[in-house]
Amino acid sequence: MLAYILRRILYVVPIAFGVSVVCFSLVHLAPGDPLQTILPADATAETIEIVKKAYGFDKPIPVQFGLWLLHVLQGDFGVSISSRRPVIDEVLGSLSNTLVLTGFAIPVAFVIGFTMGAIAGCHPGRAIDRFVTGVAVMGVSLPNYWLGIVLVIVFAVEWMVLPATGMGPSGSASFSIFRLDDLRYLILPVITLSMIPIGILSRTTRAAVAEIRGQDFIITLRAKGLSEFAIIRHVVKNAMPGVLAVMGLQFGYLIGGSILIETVFTWPGSGFLLSKSIINRDIPVLQGSILLLAMVFVATNLLVDLLQSAIDPRIRRA
Amino acid sequence: MDVRHWGMAGMIAAAAAVGAVAVGPSPAAAQGTLRVAMTAGDLPITTGTADQGFEGMRFVAYNLYDALVNWDLSRSDVAADVRPGLATSWEIDPANPKRWIFKLRQGVKWHDGCPFTADDVVWNFQRYTDNKTPQFDTFQFALTRAYLTNFEGIEKIDDQTIAITTKQVSSLFHYNLSLVVMISRCRAEALKFDWKEYVTQPSGTGPFRYVSSVPRERMEMAPNKEYWDDKRRAKFDKLVLIPMPEAATRTAALLSGQVNFIEAPSPDTIPRLKSSGMTIVTNSYPHNWSYQLNFVSGPFTDVRVRRAANYAINRPDMKELLGGLMEEGYSTVPRSTAYYGNPIEYKFDPKKANALLKEAGCLPCNITLAISTSGSGQMQPLPMNELAKSNLEAAGFKVNFEVMDWNALLDVGRGGVGRFPNINGINISRAAQDPWYGLIRHVTKTQWAPAGANWGHYSTPAMEDLVTRIGEEFDGGKRLVLLKQLNEQMNDQAVLLWVAHDVNPRALSPKVKGFVQAQSWFQDLTPITITP
Repeated sequence: MLAYILRRILYVVPIAFGVSVVCFSLVHLAPGDPLQTILPADATAETIEIVKKAYGFDKPIPVQFGLWLLHVLQGDFGVSISSRRPVIDEVLGSLSNTLVLTGFAIPVAFVIGFTMGAIAGCHPGRAIDRFVTGVAVMGVSLPNYWLGIVLVIVFAVEWMVLPATGMGPSGSASFSIFRLDDLRYLILPVITLSMIPIGILSRTTRAAVAEIRGQDFIITLRAKGLSEFAIIRHVVKNAMPGVLAVMGLQFGYLIGGSILIETVFTWPGSGFLLSKSIINRDIPVLQGSILLLAMVFVATNLLVDLLQSAIDPRIRRA
Repeated sequence: MDVRHWGMAGMIAAAAAVGAVAVGPSPAAAQGTLRVAMTAGDLPITTGTADQGFEGMRFVAYNLYDALVNWDLSRSDVAADVRPGLATSWEIDPANPKRWIFKLRQGVKWHDGCPFTADDVVWNFQRYTDNKTPQFDTFQFALTRAYLTNFEGIEKIDDQTIAITTKQVSSLFHYNLSLVVMISRCRAEALKFDWKEYVTQPSGTGPFRYVSSVPRERMEMAPNKEYWDDKRRAKFDKLVLIPMPEAATRTAALLSGQVNFIEAPSPDTIPRLKSSGMTIVTNSYPHNWSYQLNFVSGPFTDVRVRRAANYAINRPDMKELLGGLMEEGYSTVPRSTAYYGNPIEYKFDPKKANALLKEAGCLPCNITLAISTSGSGQMQPLPMNELAKSNLEAAGFKVNFEVMDWNALLDVGRGGVGRFPNINGINISRAAQDPWYGLIRHVTKTQWAPAGANWGHYSTPAMEDLVTRIGEEFDGGKRLVLLKQLNEQMNDQAVLLWVAHDVNPRALSPKVKGFVQAQSWFQDLTPITITP
């Protein structure tokens, strides 16, 4: 098991390097000036040159990359061009805010999606199955930013029972999940964010449960006289590794932050930070956040793999 | 309990949890708190002159700080002009027209309690311009460089007086100083010039003091009860600034009571806001949505083609498209500007446009325009450009758009026709807050891109002569006459393709009273009162 974990951790090194190279190349290939945030629209060529030199953007791109990588290896991700705050603080702060959102959205999605999928899988072809499939397709197909706006209109604007935007009445610095008033700010973004995972998880679960219920060992269990509840426990246990893998992927996607949802709800998470740094061409933040988010994604997948192999030892042997 | 029951129970439990938490309306904002939803995606920088465009100046820099020259934002019925700030008066040295002498305001204190002195002013200008001084700040250098291109040096004459020398004679130099704010030397020295620390401990002389901020989320300020201008002491308890780049989100936040003042609601939400009792305020202001044209190559080198393009635009239709939220643009500055004069206005006349194109031998007249999908001050760029295209094509043009994001278009704008010779025009909205920004920079050779904002390299001997005479004319009345002539000449030569002036819509909760929308990019929040 230890060798397996070490091997998986080693895989992270080339992935991190590849992500860094691709990310660095992409942000530099995009048209525009990385210093546009601080340069006025009518900045002169002389001003641009002076500021570029001060920020190190006058050096050849491979040299810039090498210097950046050297600093990253020492734990220094640089400083945001636009806010002057350390990139690591920017990214970790926003990541923790996204984690709060995801930490609620994933369990909600898992419980609802798995339950719905299991019910549908147990009754293939019946009305409940068609209903669940319909809901799942809707969850996957509805543009979630549209859903977010509709929820805001209904619950915040028309009924005025929930806040429309933000992370707590005084911002994320004082946000607490143990305070009822703060929790109200989570409801609409969590519902919006969990819709797609609910759809995906329920469809995956339905397919897995329906398939497992048709296998020979289920007939054997029935022949042994096991109750329906006991049979379902077996089905669920067998369906779980596949569902967990999908859930892990969804968790990774959500940790990356949903740019649209976080923008609609002004939730100061990693998606919001990414969109802002793309618009501002804040290259240090963009590079730092993509690299860190990629690492989180890789770590999440590793955790899911370990969890899967704990549940099903055949995976580890393979 | 079978699976169905478990599922149902789970869903009921989840719904109950949501219902338990979602009780009652949003908590009411604290009494006397002005909560502003800005269009910016982040909090503007607090270390002096602000970033995030003029919105940063409007809400952060001009609330925390003063400049030597401030803007008079007290009236809505006239275009805003400058007035004394930390300098009580200024005059030109009779022996040297490049030397400006400023008398400084006495008895002013920084928010940290230190007295404001002439040494502080000298120190501040060094901070913006002199990279050999310990207080030099590259970030602020970048932000203020455009305003200090003509700055040569500064000297302290005595404790109450300083002198600034310019590189060229310029009677309009004091307008540039309105964008260069003064920060506390005392605080900066205490923080050992660590500007990252200064961000969260700024100290100025402005009408509001910094209280706290959460990066990307909110900044709180409290009124400066000892503000030197007692007429501008704020009448509410707290100012909260919230970056909210999405227009629909700002609208929802206002309607749900989370904020009580929003910037730039989108035109289609105005009826809904009005029906909910919100106050919509608009006013003319020096904003210019137009196309800068290529004067080096292509059809726009011919004045007949430029005039044809101006005749082709149906500005009343454009206004209808925006739900009335624009002023028809017939010149670089709005009609209410003091130096508007009596220029020729190219009213919608497609037949005349077509005849001019025929006369110029350019029919169909192929043009390529660079436009953006969004951007600061770009209003609704895509539908507006589509309408402009359909107007131009109806008159005989054939329009090819090069659509790019805002950052890429800024790059085209800075590069100028030298780098982008195949583009015939660019759609970058420009501020026109003073005569230099409004008019001169579009027509003088010293501003040819990439050195300045004259993207298409326009210049004629007659126009250059007029610009020189304006710069050398220190008598306000006489200068006004020359400026009117300049605007009239610019229209005669159709140096831009004018379309619209924004009217800066804002939506306010009915509880917010007393706001006076100045004809300016900047606004004064201090007269506002908030009813419980």
